This record gives sequence, C-alpha cells and structure tokens, in this order.
Amino acid sequence: MLRRITDLAMYVLALLWLFPLLWAMWTAFRPREKAITWDLSLEFTFDNFIHVWNSAPFAQYYLNTFLIVAGVLVVQFVTATLAAYAFAKLRFWGRDVLFILVLVQLMVPPDILIFPNYNVLRDLSLIDTKLGIMMPYFASAFGIFLLRQVFKTIPYELQEAARMEGCRWWQVLWKLYIPLARPTYVAFGLVSVSYHWNNFLWPLIITNSVENRPLTVGLAIFAQSFETGAQWAEVTAATVMVILPLLLAFLLFQRQFLNSFIHSGMK
Amino acid sequence: MEREQRLASFKVNAYAWLLLLPSLIFLVLFTFYPVIQTVLLSFYQADLGTPEPLFNGIDNYKRMLEDDVFWKVITNNLWFALWTVPTSMVLALLMALYANHVLRGKGFIRTAYFYPTVLPMIAAANIWLFIYTPEYGALSHVLQWIGLDQLNWLGDQDLVMWAMVIMVVWKEAGYFMIFYLAGLQNISQELYESASVDGARPWTVFRRVTFPLLMPTTLFVMIIATTNSFKLVDHLVIMTKGGPDNASSLLLYYIYEHAFTFWDQGMAATLTFVMIVILLLIAAVQFFGMDKKIHYN
Repeated sequence: MLRRITDLAMYVLALLWLFPLLWAMWTAFRPREKAITWDLSLEFTFDNFIHVWNSAPFAQYYLNTFLIVAGVLVVQFVTATLAAYAFAKLRFWGRDVLFILVLVQLMVPPDILIFPNYNVLRDLSLIDTKLGIMMPYFASAFGIFLLRQVFKTIPYELQEAARMEGCRWWQVLWKLYIPLARPTYVAFGLVSVSYHWNNFLWPLIITNSVENRPLTVGLAIFAQSFETGAQWAEVTAATVMVILPLLLAFLLFQRQFLNSFIHSGMK
Repeated sequence: MEREQRLASFKVNAYAWLLLLPSLIFLVLFTFYPVIQTVLLSFYQADLGTPEPLFNGIDNYKRMLEDDVFWKVITNNLWFALWTVPTSMVLALLMALYANHVLRGKGFIRTAYFYPTVLPMIAAANIWLFIYTPEYGALSHVLQWIGLDQLNWLGDQDLVMWAMVIMVVWKEAGYFMIFYLAGLQNISQELYESASVDGARPWTVFRRVTFPLLMPTTLFVMIIATTNSFKLVDHLVIMTKGGPDNASSLLLYYIYEHAFTFWDQGMAATLTFVMIVILLLIAAVQFFGMDKKIHYN
C-alpha cells in the first residue's frame, strides 16, 4: 500500500517536472492564434520555427555559441592538463601555495566578478569579442583539480617505462596520461559544454553585436522584443530551438551525462 | 655533484612553472587581479559624475549600509537561500531514494527529474514566464479550472519571490539528486542486509543507516546549493528585472545594475566585495565543517 502511494507520488512529481517542457513543446508547434488558448485541437505547424528563423539571426547565434563552447573547451583541456600534470607529478618550489591559489577560483568564480572582469577586458580592448566571452574561463580550477586527482592515481613506473622507451615529456602526457584519464576528460567536457552553452549574464554584458552574441543572449533579446501574449508561440519556438541541441544530446548520452555530473561533483 | 643536483632541481622547478604558466596567466588576469582591483576601487568614488576615480575612504560602505535597497536585496537573497536550499535538498533526497530503488521506468524517472539542469536558465525563464502570466498562463488556467482567482505572480511584491523559489527548486533539485544517487551507491549493501536480518523497519533503516551515511553528501550539496543561491540571477533579466520595487532583486543582479545600468563603479566594486566575502564565508564553512566530517574511503 505504502509502496503504491510512493510510486504514485513520485510519478506525479515526475510529470510536474516534465510539464514545463511538454507545455513548451506543445505551444511551439501550435498555430499562433491557438497558442494562448487551451482547446485541445490537433492543429500543429512549423510556422513558428520558420518565422523565428527568418526574423532573428539564429544561424549566427548557433555558430557563435558553437565557437565559444569549443574554444573554451579546447583551451581548458590544454591549460588544465599541463597544470594538473605539474601538480600531480612534480615536486617544485611553491607547489602547495600555488595549489591553494588555484582553488580560490572555486570559491570566487568569474561568474560573480562580472564588473571587475569587464574592466579587465576593456583594458585589453576585448569588449564585444568572442575571445572576451571565453577568456575568463580559459583556466579552470575545477578541471585542474579533477585531472590532478586522476593523474595522481597513475603509477610513476608507467611514466618511467615510457621515458626509457625514449618518450619526451609531452609524448608521455599524450600517449599515457591523457588516454588513461579519458573518462575524466569526458566528464569535465560535458560539464564545461553544458555550462558554456547555457551561460548568459557574462556574454550579455560583454557583447553588443550580432556577430558575437551566443544563443542565450540572442534568445533573451528575441523574447524581450515581444510584448503581447499573441507571440508566445514564437517565443516558445525560439526557446525550444535553443534548448533542443543540448536536450537531444542529453537524451542520447544520458548515462554519460549523469555519470559525468556524479564524478565531477564528488571529487 | 652538488652542482648537478642543484641544476636538476632548477630544471624541475622551471619545467613545473612553465607547465603552470598558461593557467596562472588566466587565473591572475580574471581572478586575483580583479579581486584586488575590486577591493581598491571600493574605496573610491567612480561614477558618471567622477570619471577619474576619487578616493573617498569608507564612504561607499557607509552609503551601502544606509541604502534601504541594499538591505532589501540582502534580505531577499537570504530568504531565497533559506527556501531554495532546504526545499531542493529534501526533494533531491526523495528523488534519489526513489530513483535508486524504482524498478520500472528508472530511466524515465531520472530523466524527468534531471533534465531542467541542462536547460539554460534563460530558456527556463521564458517558459516559466508563460506559466506565471496572469490570464493566459498555465497556472492561471489551472487556478481557474479549480475555481480559484488567478494571481499576478510576477507583479505582486508578496508573490514574486515565491514564484522565483518554485522555479529555481524545479531547476536545481534534479542536479542535487545526482549527488545523492552517487552517495547512495557508495553505501555498502551489507549494512542493509544486516539491517534486514535484524528486522529493522524501513524508516529505522533510513534514520540509522542511510541518512547518517549520506551526511557528507548533504553537507556538500548544501554548500553548492547555498553558493548557487547567490549566483543564479539570469532569470531576473527575463522575468522581473528585480521588480516590482526590488522585491525580487538579488545581490548579483544589484551588482549588475550598479555596474551596467547606473554606471556607479565604486558602488559596484563595494557590492562585489560583499559578494566575495559571502562566498568566502560559505567556503570557510565548507573547509572547517566538511573536511573533518568527510571520511574518504
């Protein structure tokens, strides 16, 4: 009996949680004039999507988001790998102090330094550039920390053996450490991609032209250009367009996604 | 011999620092330097009327403490944390306990709970804006349907924070569920087996075994949730702009307004400094409270 009630309650909760998405999907495919009514006719249309695609430069926004996400990820991989290797495998002067300094970023992330970081980018003349959106995230304390944990578990003997074979340090990294840490790279990659795909406030502050705006900022501008309920169908279609790639990726790679959040969170 | 050793040690040092250099450059540029700049600038008057920053001691801090809106924003943020953190944590724990045991539809259940995490806050805000809108919105329809008056969720000072809390709990609970799922999987099955041999009731098992062993997870999630309650502001840009009458404004949004709407840089720096102190305090709790209680196995 108790089992049944729990089952029911948790399924109701799941439906409640799904409701906003289902409603958005439903509305996005409804004819404009039907969007704000609740009659359950089976009229569906692609018009909203076509209209949205033609009335705002979403293709450009997609491209921008893609470039920003990929750029951040590639640079983070390089900087975090090098730093993690140094912290995990080398004994050097100032290591502990430096590590603590790196961890400060976990407590004071760039997200809240919007104002001083804006000043830094202005001094570098990088306002309204994609590079400006990406740069504050190029070094990731989180990535360094995750990779350092994995690198530490890789036995030193393997590295010695590779060195005996005549591998240079970067070959050791490339052929030994990186392949062995692959699950961590996947985990960190998924977290980083979803984070930067969704990031909003910082790109909003730093960009003011179509060429550099990511999807989130483009969506916000598009949504705010409407004032009446009549255009809901279009705003919802635009919203669905923005969330769809990541949502599909999530559904396809559900297991990896969930695991990556588990691993990245627990370490 | 000694010279060779010193040379080798010099080489390792140089090599390590070179590997760290790329990360350090960006950390200095976008974490340390900005923090120092913030502290310095918070003692200057720097607004549209004073393009050249003018030293004014602790005037910004005095002004901030006398600013009613500042106290409102801080109160809002604390209230927001007080409701979002425990609520989303309790829900997350329930979700995890259930998703861990359920036999049929496990994937569906987990997906349903977790998917809000991967949506951009700005997209979630668009959807929820429509849910909360009077007359046309989904909530209004539901209220009408059960014969209640509709409410102006986002236009009413007393309701707007509740509306934000509900949305953020929806967005975050599934994320915290993941940590609880991981925590549950780390509990050894033998404990449950011996509990069932002893004939312990489910509630007793939860109280005596599951919950205590999830304590480290709970502390960890609490830290993340509290930190998040100060960082999540994207939805305010779309949904309320901090209004009506600052009823839904939060600290980071107030910083954003001072820096990029009022262009009062001195005050923006002062407020940012307050934010840094708050986050460091949360980190201190983590350091002193959590490290001792967590036992790594």
